[in-house]
Amino acid sequence: MVIDKIKKVNNAEGEKPQKNTKAADMLVGKWVKCDACKEILYKDDVHKNFSVCPNCGKHFRISARRRIKQIIDEGTFIETYENMPETDPIHFDGYIKKIETLKEKTKIQEAVTTGFGEIHGNKVVIAVMDGNFLMGSMGSVVGEKITLAIEDAIKEKLPFIIFCVSGGARMQEGMISLMQMAKTSAAVAKLDDAGLLNITVFTDPTTGGVTASFASLGDIILAEPNALIGFAGPRVIEQTINQKLPEGFQRSEFLLEHGFIDKIVERKDMKKTLAQILELHKN
Amino acid sequence: MSKKTAWDIVMLARDAQRPKAKDYIESIVDDFIEFHGDRAFGDDKSIIGGIGRINGTVVTVIGQEKGSTTKEKMERNFGMTNPEGYRKALRLMKQAEKFHRPIITFVDTPGAYPGLGAEERGQGEAIARNLMEMSRLKTPIISIVIGEGSSGGALGICVGDKIAMLENSVYSVLSPEGFASILYKDASKNKEAAEKMKITAKDLKELGIIDDIIKEKDKQEENLEFVSSELKEYITKTLKKLTKLKTEDLLDLRYEKYRKIGKMEE
Repeated sequence: MVIDKIKKVNNAEGEKPQKNTKAADMLVGKWVKCDACKEILYKDDVHKNFSVCPNCGKHFRISARRRIKQIIDEGTFIETYENMPETDPIHFDGYIKKIETLKEKTKIQEAVTTGFGEIHGNKVVIAVMDGNFLMGSMGSVVGEKITLAIEDAIKEKLPFIIFCVSGGARMQEGMISLMQMAKTSAAVAKLDDAGLLNITVFTDPTTGGVTASFASLGDIILAEPNALIGFAGPRVIEQTINQKLPEGFQRSEFLLEHGFIDKIVERKDMKKTLAQILELHKN
Repeated sequence: MSKKTAWDIVMLARDAQRPKAKDYIESIVDDFIEFHGDRAFGDDKSIIGGIGRINGTVVTVIGQEKGSTTKEKMERNFGMTNPEGYRKALRLMKQAEKFHRPIITFVDTPGAYPGLGAEERGQGEAIARNLMEMSRLKTPIISIVIGEGSSGGALGICVGDKIAMLENSVYSVLSPEGFASILYKDASKNKEAAEKMKITAKDLKELGIIDDIIKEKDKQEENLEFVSSELKEYITKTLKKLTKLKTEDLLDLRYEKYRKIGKMEE
């Protein structure tokens, strides 16, 4: 979604090149506009800054691939369960085709990537959700991969870390998707019984069935700044209570204040914070 | 039953005249005593919780209650549970575990309440915690959808060893109206959505989501007596089987029950 916006900005800028020393760059899409502060930013600067706006600190949404690069030590990531076959339990028209087209277009295999890796030398099992794939919604493949990853952590006695971003249960799979909430939460209970560390990280946006299952069950719950986190979406709440929601409602800072997360961590500090927590849990 | 469409069943499941959790509790639980509050924030009246006997066995009962009169519906928030309701349920379920009582839950909700206060008090966390804890409570759990089992709000008290549905109840990931407006971009396609979503007891048994279907009479006014007797028999029979299991086996079977939903080979 943000990518679309960036593309739009690039196209718009491309139509009327400005008198700028880097005007030529505009034409080839090297610039992006921050959707929060509206500043025009040099793409490379944004990338180097962990995909965070150097001007206002807005954390742009990023892919699972980029997230893994930022968090996991180079060369240590071993992906698991890459090629899970899709299921279409309620035979929703065009669902499988849509998924296949999406896989082709985005080069992403489903809304979560799982694997083993190291964070400053600390071995972990990591799962990273990806909002670019059907809004990070949880269907049977997502639920299964997360459950398998948790079971891997139990088998290998490793800490489990999950980065969450999701619109909730994947409606196109009907009740099977709702059941993934129970399945993943049951797996988290096993992880807990095994005495293993479970760190969840909320990123923008995490709502619905993911908030109401594994995402809220970490021993330690972190969040990126200003991430939308909630059960019901803001629009649904506004329709229910028939009034506008206050500024900052359901944002990370709001959840911190209400006692639902442990710490807000800026993206540039995420890796070292995770490493610090992991180190402190070493026996 | 075969002639009813999925939408007909949705209408029956939501019928105001349909017996509610309170009615079934009154008719099948002897010596019922209701307990209140989550010990943290308040008492959510959309959930009735307490203990009593079913056919002589002491059980903990948790039921979502929509209310019958307008006043009661308001008090009970139309069966839309707030975080303190899920937390009250969990408190009583942990108490059941301590005193080795089986747990019976009756599910009937249009969904968890999507309000401002619910979000402030952690609706997502409350439901999540119940899912996790219910998966490992060391006592048998039977959950029965008696009317409308909508989304995470229903699931929050519907994780157990056996899941049953009344013949004319529904259990869904969201309402057919919501499904139609989001996926068909047309809220008027609710009937089509209801059919497509597979939300009836028959469909969900075929999909392996629920274990058993409890029969109903076609005439709503005959249902309290008839369904109560069916429920009593079902609960008694099922508890007999579940209480025979060693706790370890009970928990393994419960984990496996959910573990296999949506499982595929790479």
